[in-house]
Amino acid sequence: MQHESSSPLLQLKNLQIAYGGIHAVKGIDLELAKGELVCLIGANGAGKTTTLNAIAGVLPLQGGDIMYNGGTINALPAHKRLRQGIALVPEGRGIFTRLTVEENLRMGAYTRSDSDGIEADLEKVYTMLPRVKERLEQVAGTLSGGEQQMVAIGRALLSRPKLLLLDEPSMGLAPLVVEKIFEVVQSVAKEGVTILLVEQNANLALEFSQRGYVMESGKITLTGSGDDLLADPKVRAAYLGEAA
Amino acid sequence: METLIQQILNGLVIGSVYALIALGYTMVYGILGLINFAHGDVLMVGALTALQTMMFLMGVAPGMSPIAMLTIALMVAIPVCMMIGFTMERLAYRRLRNAPRLAPLITAIGMSFLLQTLAMIIWGRNYHTFPQLISTTPMQPIEGVFVTPVQIFIIIASALIMIGLSLLVNKTRIGRAMRATAENHRVASLMGVDTNAVIAFTFVIGAALAAVAGVMFASNYGIAHYGMGFMPGLKAFTAAVLGGIGNLGGAMLGGIVLGLVESLGAGYIEHMTFGFLNSSYQDIFAFIILGLVLIFKPTGLLGERVSDRA
Repeated sequence: MQHESSSPLLQLKNLQIAYGGIHAVKGIDLELAKGELVCLIGANGAGKTTTLNAIAGVLPLQGGDIMYNGGTINALPAHKRLRQGIALVPEGRGIFTRLTVEENLRMGAYTRSDSDGIEADLEKVYTMLPRVKERLEQVAGTLSGGEQQMVAIGRALLSRPKLLLLDEPSMGLAPLVVEKIFEVVQSVAKEGVTILLVEQNANLALEFSQRGYVMESGKITLTGSGDDLLADPKVRAAYLGEAA
Repeated sequence: METLIQQILNGLVIGSVYALIALGYTMVYGILGLINFAHGDVLMVGALTALQTMMFLMGVAPGMSPIAMLTIALMVAIPVCMMIGFTMERLAYRRLRNAPRLAPLITAIGMSFLLQTLAMIIWGRNYHTFPQLISTTPMQPIEGVFVTPVQIFIIIASALIMIGLSLLVNKTRIGRAMRATAENHRVASLMGVDTNAVIAFTFVIGAALAAVAGVMFASNYGIAHYGMGFMPGLKAFTAAVLGGIGNLGGAMLGGIVLGLVESLGAGYIEHMTFGFLNSSYQDIFAFIILGLVLIFKPTGLLGERVSDRA
């Protein structure tokens, strides 16, 4: 894998996705530099989840390109994208409810064969998520939503991703739990993992992100730094619940 | 009393074979939601391939020990069945992964006809005597109760295979991938699992079990035939439903319970019906059980989820 240091880690070029007869993403451009934490915000149905799924390889493209690490990965199946360092924490967490918590975490390391490294990374996840450690033998379906979200993030980290895609990590969780999850996200970002975060909680997402994209019915309508977007009257009106 | 012990023993033998076949049904159902009705016919191919191998060996090396001969026959029958399992999935079922449920089901029935017809072309329509390489001379551990070495072999070999399979599914990396894929294909692929390969692997393992079961079945009854897979296939399907389809432990339990019920039923049916029916009606028990389970407990003995796909 060769790349110039200036080239972005991920680049979407005129990305178009349609499924179930709906043209969900209508030609978007997006860029992520290495080490950035960027969020994609927008209303329900704007095409955010669709975009993430397409980057992870579980939805086919209608047109456009996904460039990753200097090459196009349009035709790469999902399981091979993971091997290249793209991990998605899917909407609704995608926990294997009938597997134990530990088995869920180990699924994250499925493609790795360095058992010492895996054990070390497991320990790291346990330190980061102490509540998970107490429940390793438990079937994951018995966990609370917050705990499941933690397991889902921990599981994704066990693949040692270069690019972490997070789909609505705050969904359905109590504010205290959300805060804890965002702390984890931030500490992951600090370690140099590039993160693309999809959120409906725009306020929170923009606060934590360096940059943001605003998506509206399949198109990107606005982009800028987290602070700029937070201050933007249009964003405030549309997504932060303020009167224009 | 002797009848009771004898029938329990017979039930354990045939139940072990049902359990091995039922595992193939239930693994494939667990991962794809597909009832592979051609599974019983894979058993038939296993038995006839083993037969063919034995005949060949008897021709070229008549002095070979029966155990070596049986081992070699299994070594040929198992890979042949694995290939069939792999090919069925690759050529037929994979294309129908996202088709309406009825399409793969009908395809499975078509596969069953295809395998039977091919076997009929290769091996003819006649019943073949299956060489009983493990002694079938009965022993009498208890006065009035008979057990043959081949029956002991079946029980022990099935138990070992089931333990091995449980370890494979529950303790290994590929087993974890199988369970993850069974629960959610999409998320499993996000973990880097090549789900197509895992599904193919599941078919191949199920087919290997069917090959062994086929050799056991034919060894026990001393006969093999192109249509021999149909009835044990149907009964093993019943066993899988009885145990809770999709559940490995359920398939094992269901197989044993079905074998016991059928065997005890056959032993006592004359008494129960005052001589009106005899033991050749033993098949009705399996299907009475199937009916009762589907009416009163469609999830089976160990099934957790309501199976809306069965």
